[in-house]
Amino acid sequence: MSLSIIIWLPAVAGALSLLAPRAVAGRLAVVGALATLVLAVILLVGFDNSAPGLQNVTDQNWISALGIHYKLGIDGLNVWLLTTTAMLFFAAILFASFREWERPNLFFFFFAVAESAVLGAFCAQDLILFVVFFDLMLIPFYFITGMWGGEGRVQATTKMVIYTLIGSLLMLVAAVATGVIAAEGGQPLTFAISGLQQAGLSTGTQEWIFLGFAAAFLVKMPLFPLHGWMPDAYRTMPLPALAVFSGILSKVAAYGFLRIVIPLFPDGAAHFQELLLLIALASIIYGSVMAFTQTNLRLIFGFSSVAQLGFIVLGIFALSPRGAEGALLQMVNHAVITVPVFLIIALLAARSRGSEDIREMGGLAFRAPLLAALFLIVSLATLAMPGSSNFIGEFYILLGVFESKTVIAIIAFSGVAMAAVYALRAYISTMHNRVGAQATPREIGLQDALVLVPLVLVILALAIYPQAPLKAAQGPAARSVAKARLALDPLDQRASTQKISQVTP
Amino acid sequence: MIAAAATSIKAPYIDWAAFSPIVALICGAVIVLLIGLLPGRRVREQIVPGATVLTLLATLGLTIWQWGENTSIISGALAVDRLSLVLNVVFVATGLVTVVMSLRERATVQAGQGEYYTLLLASLAGMAVLVAAQNLVTLFVGIELLSIPLYVLCASELQREKSLEAGLKYLVIGSVGSATLLFGLSFIYGATGSTDFSGIAAALSSKGETIASNPLMLTGLGMAVVGLGFKAAIAPFHQWTPDVYEGAPSPITSFMSVATKAAAFGIFLRFMDVAVIDEALTWQPLLAALAAITIVVGNVGALAQTSVKRILAWSSVAQGGYLLVGIVVSSAAGLEATLYYLVVYVVMNLAAFSVVVARERETTHGDSLSAFAGLGSKRPILAVPMTIAMLSLAGIPATAGFIGKLNLIGASVDGDYAWLGVLIAIGSAISLAYYLRIVAVMWMPDRRGDSPETDRPHGQPEIIGLAIICSAATIFFGIIPSPIYDLVRGAGESIGLL
Repeated sequence: MSLSIIIWLPAVAGALSLLAPRAVAGRLAVVGALATLVLAVILLVGFDNSAPGLQNVTDQNWISALGIHYKLGIDGLNVWLLTTTAMLFFAAILFASFREWERPNLFFFFFAVAESAVLGAFCAQDLILFVVFFDLMLIPFYFITGMWGGEGRVQATTKMVIYTLIGSLLMLVAAVATGVIAAEGGQPLTFAISGLQQAGLSTGTQEWIFLGFAAAFLVKMPLFPLHGWMPDAYRTMPLPALAVFSGILSKVAAYGFLRIVIPLFPDGAAHFQELLLLIALASIIYGSVMAFTQTNLRLIFGFSSVAQLGFIVLGIFALSPRGAEGALLQMVNHAVITVPVFLIIALLAARSRGSEDIREMGGLAFRAPLLAALFLIVSLATLAMPGSSNFIGEFYILLGVFESKTVIAIIAFSGVAMAAVYALRAYISTMHNRVGAQATPREIGLQDALVLVPLVLVILALAIYPQAPLKAAQGPAARSVAKARLALDPLDQRASTQKISQVTP
Repeated sequence: MIAAAATSIKAPYIDWAAFSPIVALICGAVIVLLIGLLPGRRVREQIVPGATVLTLLATLGLTIWQWGENTSIISGALAVDRLSLVLNVVFVATGLVTVVMSLRERATVQAGQGEYYTLLLASLAGMAVLVAAQNLVTLFVGIELLSIPLYVLCASELQREKSLEAGLKYLVIGSVGSATLLFGLSFIYGATGSTDFSGIAAALSSKGETIASNPLMLTGLGMAVVGLGFKAAIAPFHQWTPDVYEGAPSPITSFMSVATKAAAFGIFLRFMDVAVIDEALTWQPLLAALAAITIVVGNVGALAQTSVKRILAWSSVAQGGYLLVGIVVSSAAGLEATLYYLVVYVVMNLAAFSVVVARERETTHGDSLSAFAGLGSKRPILAVPMTIAMLSLAGIPATAGFIGKLNLIGASVDGDYAWLGVLIAIGSAISLAYYLRIVAVMWMPDRRGDSPETDRPHGQPEIIGLAIICSAATIFFGIIPSPIYDLVRGAGESIGLL
């Protein structure tokens, strides 16, 4: 099946809903997202875990003068993320379609285009094509936040775009430089990721190119200290959009490290390993601490995201197969958890006269047991309860880090403990305690339950069988970090554990 | 006596076929001026623009007829090659757009239809001469033929003080620029003994000395660059730009921002890449510094503006900085990247200016940002083209501006000026702050219902059509860029670059 169909289907549906009458605009977008989900699931079922290399490849000349290809493909790194994206966008669009929006045609158009851009970024196998999709996925969110956001939306959305695009444009320069410098030996100019893997860039070149990509990805996630745009944007973005923004767009950045940065610039990755590990560690601690000092639900989970992405980057930059597998599993887990969290926040806000402050909520559990149960499951998954898939993911990640950087792993453990504090705090203060001053306890409606119950079932399914995404990730994750591992210690890989732990102060 | 002199002076052979586009423009200018003298309002308002359009179409036809030529004509004064032919197409297209934009313009009535369009054609002829010039004398003739009509056109809205002020300012500063340029050119002639670009290059290499060791040549080159810098609005010689752009009638502003810029960069490319190419290592760092200053000054200057024309003026300064990067690297890739970016810059900037012109006539807010408030819900047919133009100027993917920047960054890395590529990226990121301000005003108005109540959406389908065509082209060339590559390919080779 052609990946192009999956990628562009939502955008086509979005364009149709732009032209359709107001009343059916949302429904058209839902149909488009549903069809995409069905195709994505078919793709996942037909995926061959054992085959090495890319599957379902589309490869066409796009800009022949620059050797840029329209090349798409899937392998173990992105097949699960692709399906997860299709599922979560469908959920968010469906959830949004149950609500009233000013100028719905435009709203659903942007939402659908965003889905296409994200799917494209996950499938892209050409450096420039990836950059194009990566930048493109920001534009719909610029408009969604600016046009349908809350207070201070214009400022927040402008700040978000500028922050993100500084990173992205540096990435563009880095991407162009990769191709141009690799072609200096007289080879034809190419930007295909597979083709560039053979090009041995010098260590110095790799280092500055690495920083260009890292800037883009770290801002997008965001990690401490590049998260300046996050609180404002999170505060104003409409919740269905925020759900996918927080849940999925951050994963594109993390995925970019595994797909592009580490395989293409192994020396750079090895050189900056400790810097990235420290940034990840700082994000875990900063994000967790901030999360349990905030009272706005959006920000609690926004900062929780910072901490969770810290874990993911920790796993990636352990530069070991275990760590990378754990990171990939955790990407899927975090996406699957974040989307229901923000949708539940929307429901909670609707039950407390629009307030998203936990001090004004409380006591919903008694009257709304289903909603409370859903939120409980999601919260327990967030804090990586043993038995949840997040537990497995974080376990793998920490295992990977332990192999090489014991001290960092030990400090990172504290993040796991802190997650329990903020996740439970959010749950207790909204569901238990006295009924809040503004709160009107009401059970979840049928429509919204239709969206949330399946999502929570997916969380449970992952908890029971986390091996499914892990299996797909195993081979490709190991291949992705193999070169960087070699760059870290060219002599003996097995001895690397000891040697590096001695060097580490 | 005179007859004897005429026979003793041997006139150069002229290849009229290759010369024909310029001849067409000049003849057209004369004819349009004469038609403008005919009595009758209808004649002036319909036949004069019609004749101008016919002239431009004839020029376009003759340019296409000469496509693929690579010769130099009139004893080497002018070159007919890919570079000049591509830019001719750009000039004609811009001229056509300007005629359409001017149809309902007050300036044409106040200055006189015949005079207005004649000046426009004369300026275009100057541009065509300029970008084909490969001789210092032709260069100066071209630049004056381009500039003098523009001084008048800027002031053509006779009853508006700002327009007159803009014309005067442009005249004074433009003359300083021309004088500097002329002075510089004479120094270059003094140092090399030749006015031919190729002669200058030969003299420099045969004497075995560098520019740096020859003070006369160094001064001359420096002053020539400054003079061209004035025309191209390169910082720090850009100060006239915001005032003149704001004051001039909008169609003329639009014309200046694209055509004048294309002409100035055309001759810049030819002069640097032919006459002094062997000395590239000497002038590259200097030009790189100018590019860096221009990118920073242009983008930062735009941040605090509230008039859309002023924002676009500063933006055009910044875009000039990006264009300069392709000249700095002095390679065929660089030249083609600059030429490519010029073509897309023209398209996206014209889209933006069409909307500005349309809004100026619809509201009483002029070109202030408030004229655009809430345009997204009121007049999406104008807001969408403007949004596309802004995103493209900022270099967002799926627009032509993105591919243009891609080329420039590629050329800069290829020419070992990767830091300029990084600077293009940083400049683009800064530029988002003001481009997005315009987008935000249109789509995200602060208070609901707060919009210029004085709308007079009277019919001006031709401007809306222009906006749609230009913005559609911006998207089209962002997704399918190969036609522009086909257009500019070989331009570097045609002037002897590797």
